[in-house]
Amino acid sequence: MKLKLTSIIPLTVALSTASAAYADKWSDMFPHIKNTGDIPGECSYESMSKKDYSGQKLTINTHAVPVMGEPTALHAEQFSKLTGAEVDVIHTPAGDLYSKAMVPFQAGQAPYDIVFGFSNFIRDWMQYLEPVPAKYVEMRQMKDVTQSHIDVASWDGQMIQYPIDGDRHYLKYRKDVIDNPEYQAKYKADTGKELRVPQTWKEYAEIASFFNGWDWDNDGELEYGSAEVMKKDDLMYAAFYSRSVAYSKNPRTPGGFFFDLENMEPLINGPGFVEALTDWVEATKYVPPGGINFGLGDEINSFGGGQTLFSFSWDDAFVAAMEDGSPIKNKVGAAPLPGSDSVWNRVSGAWEETYNQAPYIVWGWAAAVAKKSKNHEMAFDYLCFFANDANHQADIAIGRFGVNPFKKSDFVPEIYVERQGWDEQIAKEYSETLIEMEEKSTNRVFPLRVPGVFQFNSALATGAAKALAGQMSPQDALDEVADEWRKITKRIGADTIREAYAVGVALEDNLK
Amino acid sequence: MNFKHKYLFLLPGLLVLIGILIFPVGFTVRLSMSSWDSFFPGLDYVGLENYFRIFQEDSRFWEAFGRLSFLSVTTVTLQYVLGFALALMVWKDIAFKRFFRVLFLIPMMTTPVIMTVIWKTFFHESLGPVNDFLNIFGWNPLWLSSEILSKITVIIVEVWQWTPFMFLLLLAGLLSLPKEPYLAASIDGAGPYRTFIYVTFPLMAPISIGAIIIRLIEASKIMDTVYVLTSGGPGTATETSSFYIFIKGLREFQFGYSAALSFTYLIIMIISLTIIAKVLVRLMIRDN
Repeated sequence: MKLKLTSIIPLTVALSTASAAYADKWSDMFPHIKNTGDIPGECSYESMSKKDYSGQKLTINTHAVPVMGEPTALHAEQFSKLTGAEVDVIHTPAGDLYSKAMVPFQAGQAPYDIVFGFSNFIRDWMQYLEPVPAKYVEMRQMKDVTQSHIDVASWDGQMIQYPIDGDRHYLKYRKDVIDNPEYQAKYKADTGKELRVPQTWKEYAEIASFFNGWDWDNDGELEYGSAEVMKKDDLMYAAFYSRSVAYSKNPRTPGGFFFDLENMEPLINGPGFVEALTDWVEATKYVPPGGINFGLGDEINSFGGGQTLFSFSWDDAFVAAMEDGSPIKNKVGAAPLPGSDSVWNRVSGAWEETYNQAPYIVWGWAAAVAKKSKNHEMAFDYLCFFANDANHQADIAIGRFGVNPFKKSDFVPEIYVERQGWDEQIAKEYSETLIEMEEKSTNRVFPLRVPGVFQFNSALATGAAKALAGQMSPQDALDEVADEWRKITKRIGADTIREAYAVGVALEDNLK
Repeated sequence: MNFKHKYLFLLPGLLVLIGILIFPVGFTVRLSMSSWDSFFPGLDYVGLENYFRIFQEDSRFWEAFGRLSFLSVTTVTLQYVLGFALALMVWKDIAFKRFFRVLFLIPMMTTPVIMTVIWKTFFHESLGPVNDFLNIFGWNPLWLSSEILSKITVIIVEVWQWTPFMFLLLLAGLLSLPKEPYLAASIDGAGPYRTFIYVTFPLMAPISIGAIIIRLIEASKIMDTVYVLTSGGPGTATETSSFYIFIKGLREFQFGYSAALSFTYLIIMIISLTIIAKVLVRLMIRDN
């Protein structure tokens, strides 16, 4: 860790110093980058201003404003001013991003030059996308992207999506409560245990239950244990995978997390997943009233608004909590997802009584260029400009933009302290948590990226939702999910699924 | 006018009919016999495979249909009772009659999705004003996350939104009723209750049946309220047929299968609504 940081800090300092010559000129024109000015590079403001795309039109399909939609539109406007290109940005709700691109793709049309979506669309979309040309892959700004996010954007070694965002699930907690000596003493007196950042999901549940339903921050309102994405069909399957990895991702049993790669038998109803779902059903007792119906927005508002002690999912809730004006700025901490005291070994068919923890490198925002677009170079230039160092540094400081760290130079605590006013310790914890997950762990889980991925995730969401609502036991619910997964695999073809799944498994098993 | 000219005049209407009705239905049927999904785009031919899947494997579709039947019948019954009551209220000469007539129509004029978002905010269990108020009495009902209450919440929103439609049709019916039967009833000494039972209700039967059937057709397509309010949850507690078809088609991208679901659903609805209409005619008009 120290080695990496010591190599990154001088680089950042050097870049900042080098940018000084351009800072006034470009940040005067584009106040968005006022904190850094332009930062030299192949796709910097300076470089883009030398391109001439006058008379050409770029059409982009992106998400609704603000998350990802706002930075897309902002950078489109900047790109247009710099290059003379006409850029048409179309905003689409998250749930329709997949189909809005897929329908014309399948019909052989190219209404959009650039499509935004989620990185786990990659297998279904890749046949319609133009791989990122070597020129961009070799650029310095791309060399700064973490290997995990190069892997997420690539298929079998070829980069298909242009990295614009980085995502992972991690634990967010109220630092002012966990580090509070008074509460530490009270917790010890009542439970006989130390109050600390939870190391396992069981400990998470114990602490969350203890801090559930009373006013522990003395604001006159009740607070609760945890805010989680539990609403069916609202990304809840990703939350379930986050809770499952510790119990089910065993580094000693390679060859698949979701399926057994050898026979393509679903592993989703194995004891590890059942244990995670049992924990999750228990969690319905320490979420806020109605928490079982929380989507991602509710989770962000609940934790970001100071309603809960814990939360885990994408960066957004943490960034929202740390923005200026937040009632809990500098009162929150980041930590890896909790682990477990035992992990299921599917080969021996027994629990291993050993501590296990596994980061979940969840899917996030991705952008790509349509193969049938007639403006490949301009489209890639736009994406390269979108993610240039100056834009990226400005974007990750704005919570509503939905742009999160994915470059090695993002994991330098000083930038958060100096540019965003974060507490030094919190910035250090945040940076270390993220870089540890991305660069150091060898027990990572990547999102399912196979043909028909939506069918698999939808089936899981339905089963998990039934268990959370008390309609079925966790075992029965996951047995039903496994049955559904078998049917989907049979329909699409076990070999087709295996071929695609093997690409992800190779990453998880550290074979590439 | 000769034979050919006659058909020439029919042609524009026929083309419109083909364009907006026959082609979409025909294409849906063809699509339902393909395996078109995100991985295999295109109209291949798999025969009745998708239909066998519906009847042999897909219990979730039938559960959703059962839920839809419950929600439709309940909401339309409540809408009819309330709509009739409101129509009767402003039928006679009362103060501010015009004001009330417009007031009762407002929910129908609002955009369903936006109003459902507002209702969702009202019923939000930890942040909504409804539970804020009920908390004073120590109650904290789980409007959106209890299996039973979530159904009631959907019913409340649907009844609020569409009772005005029923009110409008029934009020129009009441205003068009002949005066003579009422004069006769009055001469015979019938009070308000007897007049309603033996004069107003029977006279309104044809309009009532029409209004109920129109609302049943609309209610059977309930989708936006469920989508915004509960996403079919908790679990599958409020998942209806149209929401399920939406998930299969536009969430999971199983175009072929969702077309088969849509066509099956269409056939079931045509049969069910025909039976319901006949039963209602027998029940309400026979005595007439």
